Amino acid sequence: MTHYLDFEKPLAEIEGKAEELRAMAQGNEDMDIEDEAKALDRKASALLQDLYKKLSPWRKCQVARHPNRPHCKDYIDALFTEYTPLAGDRNFADDHAVMGGLARFNDMPVVVIGHEKGNDTQSRIERNFGMARPEGYRKAIRLMEMADKFGLPVVSLVDTPGAYPGKGAEERGQSEAIARSTEKCLQIGVPLVSVIIGEGGSGGAVAFATANRLAMLEHSVYSVISPEGCASILWKDAEKMREAAEALRLTAQDLFKLGVADRVIPEPLGGAHRDGEATIQLVGKTIAGMLEDLSGKSGKDLVDARRTKFLGLGSKGLAA
Amino acid sequence: MNWITNYVRPRINSIFSRREIPENLWSKCDGCGTMLFHREISDNLNVCTNCGHHMHITPRDRFLSLFDGGVFNEVEVPEPLADPLHFRDQKRYPDRMKTAQKGTGEKEAMLVATGEIGRTPIVAAAQDFSFMGGSMGMYVGNAIVAAAEEAVRLGRPLVLFSAAGGARMQEGILSLMQMPRTTVAVQMLKEANLPYIVVLTHPTTGGVTASYAMLGDVQIAEPNALICFAGPRVIEQTIREKLPEGFQRAEYLLDHGMLDRVIDRREMRKELITVCRMLMKMPPPTWGDLPAPGPDEANMPQTKG
Repeated sequence: MTHYLDFEKPLAEIEGKAEELRAMAQGNEDMDIEDEAKALDRKASALLQDLYKKLSPWRKCQVARHPNRPHCKDYIDALFTEYTPLAGDRNFADDHAVMGGLARFNDMPVVVIGHEKGNDTQSRIERNFGMARPEGYRKAIRLMEMADKFGLPVVSLVDTPGAYPGKGAEERGQSEAIARSTEKCLQIGVPLVSVIIGEGGSGGAVAFATANRLAMLEHSVYSVISPEGCASILWKDAEKMREAAEALRLTAQDLFKLGVADRVIPEPLGGAHRDGEATIQLVGKTIAGMLEDLSGKSGKDLVDARRTKFLGLGSKGLAA
Repeated sequence: MNWITNYVRPRINSIFSRREIPENLWSKCDGCGTMLFHREISDNLNVCTNCGHHMHITPRDRFLSLFDGGVFNEVEVPEPLADPLHFRDQKRYPDRMKTAQKGTGEKEAMLVATGEIGRTPIVAAAQDFSFMGGSMGMYVGNAIVAAAEEAVRLGRPLVLFSAAGGARMQEGILSLMQMPRTTVAVQMLKEANLPYIVVLTHPTTGGVTASYAMLGDVQIAEPNALICFAGPRVIEQTIREKLPEGFQRAEYLLDHGMLDRVIDRREMRKELITVCRMLMKMPPPTWGDLPAPGPDEANMPQTKG
């Protein structure tokens, strides 16, 4: 079943009507409804095009969080072969919100790391909705160290509402784990490429996205704080998330202008959740392109380039 | 650069607007409720004389008591783009900035200076919680990078006093990008084998804790300082459970292995002198009143060993 977002309600109505019509005709040979149904289809696709032509920042957040959007696991299954998950931080636990391990990308061995949100109630709980605890970041650090040691490129897939705000996570050093993971991203002498496939939630995302190259899907977002959080602090009203999303400039398009994102990957019409497979293939192509850009560079060059990139950020603003 | 170019002349209007006679000469301690005379508080580094509660202290006041004879040279911080996102909530960001500048008499939320402590040359950076909650934006990022570069240039330790609610939302993603940027600054110090000492003061939270404030060689905190990634209110809303007494306070973090030491502000100078000198392999300090260093002296490069 398609899950419609609130702004997609008119679309749901039309598509629902077409479906109803077809269902009605199925038991009845005499009814000729195909023309009418086709007209509805055309109307629906025109509406879809219209809705997605210029999504507001808040709508983009909703699309980025869509439950049917392809998640990290889908990308790993489709784009990588011989995926060998490696678990644990060697200190406390294995964090299921973070996937990671060895894999081959176009036959090349790489280390892949990413946040996984899960796709049904059970897996969402198991994955903690993609909110990592310190163990997740420490696992990532361990994997990045391994990649560095054996000269394997690192691919990170970012999709998290943010780091988990829990008692245990705080006690075990959530901030330190994030800080060290960001630090590790900056230290490794191998190519590090990252794609924001959904939500890039604050520090929890920075810990993986501090990369040589960062790509963002067309309707993904990357922000210092969630629009709801920002609204409740600055507007003193969590319901002002639309205004906050607008003000935060968190869309892939704005981040590209600011130089934070290096590439924006177009999504199929109506968002990644309407055609997961096509989205995954486009992301795969982009990852290949980004790795190609970095191939042949020495470890020192990669580290220096990463530093220069981040030190230089903030030199361009957005037009009023 | 020498001390003349580094020396920032106090703006005339800031003298007049700030040095008015305080409206209320007495203030109440947030900890125990005792009424304290303002002179009494400032002489005690804004620590309550009755209960030892640590109140906010501005970077300038902190530096005046930290550096020998109160002598320090401000390090110039490269000016970032103003209001890069044209951010507007209920107020425009530039207006919020103006209010903060007027209220504090400071340009931004971080002050960087060079000077000596117990005749130990250091670079110090301090975050100003009274300036928009000390929030980390591009200026704070630039300040930390400038502080690290200055420390590397002069071969000195960097002592950083953190105090912030987190990243500055008004600068959006560019404030978040200060996490990697400041981490690069810390790496510069590491590569130069120079000590990086963090003093976490109340409160240090969010993206600040999750970057430069947790990457020190030595992690010191002031008593009872709130230090966390997610604040206690957010956690209570998420897990719907009462948090233990003293949760996320300095002593709690010390118990959980996240800090090296918790030190009273009045002992902090001594602590920093001791630690810096040992890490720099300098002879033990001479305690007592030393003459303040001449301004030239304070900026001499210090070679290690």
